[in-house]
Amino acid sequence: MKKILSILLSLILIASAAACMPGCGATKAGKNGEVNVYNWGEYMALGQEDDIENVIEMFEKETGIKVNYTTYDTNEELYSKLTQSNDSYDVIIPSEYMISKLIDEGLLKEIDFDNVPNYQYIDDRFKSLPCDPEGKYTVCYSWGVTAMVYNKTMVKSEPTDWDALWDPALKGNILMFNNSRDAMAIAMQQCGIDPSNCTTADVDKATEKLKEQKPLLKKYVMDQVFNEMEGGQAAIASYYAGDIATMIEENEDLDYCLPASGSNLFYDAMCIPTCSKNTGNAEKFINFMQKPEIAAENCKYLRYGTPNTGAPEYLDDDIKNSELTFPPEEYLKKCYVFQNVSNDVYSYMQEQFLRVQAE
Amino acid sequence: MKKNKLGVVSKIYLGLIFLFLYVPIGVLIFMSFNKGRNVTVWKGFSFKWYGELFKSKELMNALGNTLIIALLASIFATILGTAAAIGIHNFKGKTRAVIQNVSNLPIISPDIVMGVSLMLLFSFVGVLLNFEMGFWTVLISHVCFCVPFVVLNVMPRLRRMDRSIYDAALDLGCNQWQAFYKVVIHELMPGILSGMLMSFTYSMDDVVITHFTRGAKFNNLSTKIFEMLRKQVRPTVNALSALLFLAIILVLVIINVYERRAEKRAAKRS
Amino acid sequence: MKSRKLSIPYILWMLIFTMIPVVMIGMTAFRDKAGNFSLTPFVKAFEYKNVFLKSLWIALLSTAICLILAYPVAYLLTKMKKSTQNTVQLIIMIPMWMNFLLRIYAWKILLQKNGPLDMALSILGIHGTYIGNTGAVVVGMVYEYLPFMVLPIFTVMSKIDTNLIEAAQDLGSNGLAVFKKVIFPLSIPGVISGITMVFVPSASTFLVAEHLGGMNDLMIGDVIDRIFLTDQNTGSAISLILMVFILIFLVLMNLFGDEEAIA
Repeated sequence: MKKILSILLSLILIASAAACMPGCGATKAGKNGEVNVYNWGEYMALGQEDDIENVIEMFEKETGIKVNYTTYDTNEELYSKLTQSNDSYDVIIPSEYMISKLIDEGLLKEIDFDNVPNYQYIDDRFKSLPCDPEGKYTVCYSWGVTAMVYNKTMVKSEPTDWDALWDPALKGNILMFNNSRDAMAIAMQQCGIDPSNCTTADVDKATEKLKEQKPLLKKYVMDQVFNEMEGGQAAIASYYAGDIATMIEENEDLDYCLPASGSNLFYDAMCIPTCSKNTGNAEKFINFMQKPEIAAENCKYLRYGTPNTGAPEYLDDDIKNSELTFPPEEYLKKCYVFQNVSNDVYSYMQEQFLRVQAE
Repeated sequence: MKKNKLGVVSKIYLGLIFLFLYVPIGVLIFMSFNKGRNVTVWKGFSFKWYGELFKSKELMNALGNTLIIALLASIFATILGTAAAIGIHNFKGKTRAVIQNVSNLPIISPDIVMGVSLMLLFSFVGVLLNFEMGFWTVLISHVCFCVPFVVLNVMPRLRRMDRSIYDAALDLGCNQWQAFYKVVIHELMPGILSGMLMSFTYSMDDVVITHFTRGAKFNNLSTKIFEMLRKQVRPTVNALSALLFLAIILVLVIINVYERRAEKRAAKRS
Repeated sequence: MKSRKLSIPYILWMLIFTMIPVVMIGMTAFRDKAGNFSLTPFVKAFEYKNVFLKSLWIALLSTAICLILAYPVAYLLTKMKKSTQNTVQLIIMIPMWMNFLLRIYAWKILLQKNGPLDMALSILGIHGTYIGNTGAVVVGMVYEYLPFMVLPIFTVMSKIDTNLIEAAQDLGSNGLAVFKKVIFPLSIPGVISGITMVFVPSASTFLVAEHLGGMNDLMIGDVIDRIFLTDQNTGSAISLILMVFILIFLVLMNLFGDEEAIA
């Protein structure tokens, strides 16, 4: 028994050493230092498909800077990591309401745009976003709207508006956003409340609406929606339009709907948090991501709109003309943008959303 | 108990249990050969996800981290735990009971509570001393839940050990350290090794405690799988499972062959 | 050899990494966000009592099913030859060496709509949904923890003195009576430790319900995970309650076990 154990342990030792070789090499900083990027999951072209480049590898090769790339699921997760721990990040990509919150709390650094020459490619309307009117903290990364995706074989009639998510005929086949802000916004629209800025009373009404919906739902999901919809596991889901484009490509039974009553227009922008220790490298990274061909590569993978005016040149027509990637002007007029709400309302919203799920 | 042959009903029952245990794994492995990127829809046979798996630096990195953490945690826990067991053995009565109960706390308290409590500690101290959660905090946490297993495995051996051998060694001219090393450690070895092996296994399998103490940048296999399952699951996860399963079977076969040989040799000698 | 000093490093270690974290949970649980003493976290924690009860119910169900499935396996194991015994034990253990999450994921694939089970049953003309309900969560739990039930029961059973059984047989007991009067009572300690080893992790686990469960299967572990993102105080309060509950459960099990052993 003893001998067996010692053999086993030495086997393990060898295996660790072997596995360590590439591992240890990869954790060392590059010759020009490192940059810690904290991004949404599935939100950058990293060679996921055969025809998609890995933009991070390209950046590492070009600059000799090592990228530590990690991901989060929701803005809230990002916020909790930034505020509750001592972890340091150099580039983060929050959404607009989170950006205003972070600016208000003094958690973002001003960007030195002299070090980001590719900022010139950013379309002017993304240079002064409502969350950062003077454009001091942000370089827009992507934008889009929320929309619905449905399986043609599973719905009886084509959905046109959000009320399809409350359709009793689809009971057990509906998927809803698993983050409080997006879920509450849709519920508020159903109650006739303007979701861009809300009070606790509005949240209460939305909570009621969500409770009403709960028995009809299959699940609250975030990125699991890809597998659910692509695999024909559910009939209809609310998600981000760009991702819906990706899903439709994978499963031809799927189709999309831009809700008639409008939806949420969001911007995600690259920012440098105050905890950053590699600000110079962060600016280099941001600059690199705004090279037209790189922005185009990301757009090709994400299918979210890119604010980069140089990018469309590198994009195929079917992406350029896609309503999901670049929603038409007229539709955008019907959309609303989230504003920062007070901390009380914000945490109340999250608590209420969890309560709906826990009930 | 008489070792009678099992009846048909018993055999069917065991067969069903084995089916229950292995059908999910079989399906998991089968789907790793799916050409399509979705695990639900079968789109033809392909090895491409195995290629993807080896190409993924992150996954290889995570595998390396898992093995390193498991190895370091089990070694460190073994040293700490063996020393502790010998020390605790010399305490008596209430003190000993208290120490042992505290020591067992990580085993009996739910993983999630332990993970959360260590996270509170690390983030509090982190702000105070300016460090980030990552490799070291995960290693410390793993040592925390591994030591009790070592203590539990070594203690019974200590109780069974004959003190007079140690005294005899001293009489025969060993100094204290030699006697300690040659007699005590030798006697405890089976307990120490099984404690170490248990530590290694638990460290490899842990998801919850690593999840809470890893910070945002450190990933091991468990947290990586955790992340992958929340995102667009690709058959790479299945390919990974298949290889893990293969590795387990391989190790077991090697042990088995070795055991057989040892048995044969023992049989010849007698 | 006599030295108690050897345990000093570990005692210090326990103080720092076992005791202080528990104290910190306690301290966080009795504070509000501003850091003042408050009972609000417990008031808020109480709102999740349904989730708590649901978790206990799922854990109880899983434990019971594990016991029902595992007991015969352990009993049959004792009847095998030594070498078969080892092999069968190994077969039961191997799935446990796969990663915890991969085991859940395997069930997710198996149970999904148009998945293997669905396909197989629809050939027989049975249609249904197998994932996204409490049943799926329980199946997942049973799969995760079944070996934890088999092994302790088997260990205890295999130590039963064969003389005792033969004596009972000599005294005229038939198979069933031997089982009822000898084997079952003597296996109780194994059953108790099996119950503990299955119940505690299944009551507190997270992720199983997220992947296999439906809308009403949120478990207390998932709540703790979620709530810690925004509200550490309430999260700590729930953790504290969970821990106290588990400790009480263990003490009860211990009492019960000892009594049985004496009788």
